[in-house]
Amino acid sequence: MTAPLLATRALDVAIAGRTLVHGLDIEVKGGDTLAILGCNGSGKTTLLHTLAGLRPPSGGEVELCDKPYAAHGPRQAARLRGLLAQAQMDAFPASVLETALIGRHPHLGRWAWEGAADERIAIEALAAVGLQNLESREVHTLSGGERQRLGIATLLTQMPLLYLLDEPLAHLDLAHQIAMLELAKRYTADCHAAFVIVMHDMNLALRYCRRALLLFGDGRWLEGPSEEVLSAKNLSELYGQRIRELQDGNSRYFIAA
Amino acid sequence: MPNRRRAYVILFLLALAALTSVAFSLAIGSLPIAFTDLWHILCGDDAGLAGEVVRTLRLPRTLAGLACGGLLALSGALMQVLLKNPLADPYVLGVSGGASVGALAAMLFGLPLLVLHMGAFAGALVAMLLVFGLAHGDGSWTQTRLLLTGVIVASGAGALVALMLSVTPEHQLRGMLFWLMGDLSQADSPAPALLMLALGMIIILPFSRDLGLLARGELSALALGVPVARLRLMIYVLASIFTAVAVNIAGSIGFVGLIVPHLVRLAMRTTAGNDQRLLLPASVLAGGTLLVVADTLARTIVAPQQLPVGVLTALLGVPAFLYLLSRQPK
Repeated sequence: MTAPLLATRALDVAIAGRTLVHGLDIEVKGGDTLAILGCNGSGKTTLLHTLAGLRPPSGGEVELCDKPYAAHGPRQAARLRGLLAQAQMDAFPASVLETALIGRHPHLGRWAWEGAADERIAIEALAAVGLQNLESREVHTLSGGERQRLGIATLLTQMPLLYLLDEPLAHLDLAHQIAMLELAKRYTADCHAAFVIVMHDMNLALRYCRRALLLFGDGRWLEGPSEEVLSAKNLSELYGQRIRELQDGNSRYFIAA
Repeated sequence: MPNRRRAYVILFLLALAALTSVAFSLAIGSLPIAFTDLWHILCGDDAGLAGEVVRTLRLPRTLAGLACGGLLALSGALMQVLLKNPLADPYVLGVSGGASVGALAAMLFGLPLLVLHMGAFAGALVAMLLVFGLAHGDGSWTQTRLLLTGVIVASGAGALVALMLSVTPEHQLRGMLFWLMGDLSQADSPAPALLMLALGMIIILPFSRDLGLLARGELSALALGVPVARLRLMIYVLASIFTAVAVNIAGSIGFVGLIVPHLVRLAMRTTAGNDQRLLLPASVLAGGTLLVVADTLARTIVAPQQLPVGVLTALLGVPAFLYLLSRQPK
């Protein structure tokens, strides 16, 4: 039995005095994929930032590889977990390759510059998200979807074990959404990495994520195997919108009724 | 590692340019000095009047210009990172406004030079603490709040400056205006600025990769292990002190802090110019060079009349900037 990469105990997440998640107990192990679903404003991003150690919990504990974040220190933590933020900021111009290379930061010494090995890692990561041959392009000239994939490539360059992704499927066309989730599947299988993915697509969550966490926004939450947690009844309650389940052979699909 | 080698080549060339500008600045003037004589003078061989002129007049002034230009450019580059705003400059948060109020008050009451310097420095520190305290008020210290507070304090200081100018007797106005436009003719002790510059580089350069990440956004920098809060505080305090030291010696020379980091970025012609590991030291060298050249021109163009150097930095910087911008590949 391996130790979990990420564990929470009685975790409370609050913002502006409102408790969004109350008493969360989850474990994410190597090889796991966990989808976080919920309405806008239900605390998905705030929870993700808390799980990333960037926000102090308002109660309870978060542990990364059996230790609280404070015991790791920011640099060590950055080698273990990576975060894809919801929006990528580019105040100053930079090339695609330079942007991917910032993922190497926690692996480099104070005076070190990125070397040939780092560059190779970045170029492979760019190829993995389908951005090969765009290395010297300026970030400003990328489309929204390409910029999103560059964010994912930067995260791959960081090479953490735990990937925390805030709506990685946003701005992506269907083919790239599937490619992104296939990539996660490959990394969980090959590198024993774990993915926590905030997403809105119930069907892709069911198909690609072994587990799912539903946030109801009032402190209540529900976590378990996707097969069980993702049901027409639970999703209807989650989104406040009647959702029907369709069966096609062995596959189940959800649609808004 | 071609990037690193390229950076060293660029810095070497910029250092050569800085040395050349210093040599010309020492040689040119109402008493022209040949470069060979200059070498002897700097080596300590006494050369009569020429030696006296170089050692007591031109050398301190030139070194002060070099150091102040470097400090202002470094401070500007840091402010642009801190505020994630390419339009930020060392004066945007009111430090120079505070210094101007202190200096002009000292001039208005006819206080001695020492008090003027102390007044300018105190004014800068007061402005810095005021902006920091107010922006920090609710603990969030967001950059919008910081920028807004700084701009407000700066305009308050601007109003005080205008008030003092309007009540000052005619014969004192010229000194005040020169101070406001930037003037190196009173700069006779470059040591504090040079020391500050060296100290600042030693403190900041180890963090230059962290600064590059900070400029790209706080959240991702935080997730990559950058100590964001500490780093922001550090660059705020350092950039303010750099500005205070430079303004104290040379008055509020405009433009160097805003334009030099952009000149460096544009001159690189690639986005590598945004790499803080290259941008920060390159800005220091280019800023120093620009100010030395501008000051040399300021005291020679219409000699014996001296022009305020702040006017020259803009007159040199604007065309250079526009030229580089126009040949920037789309």
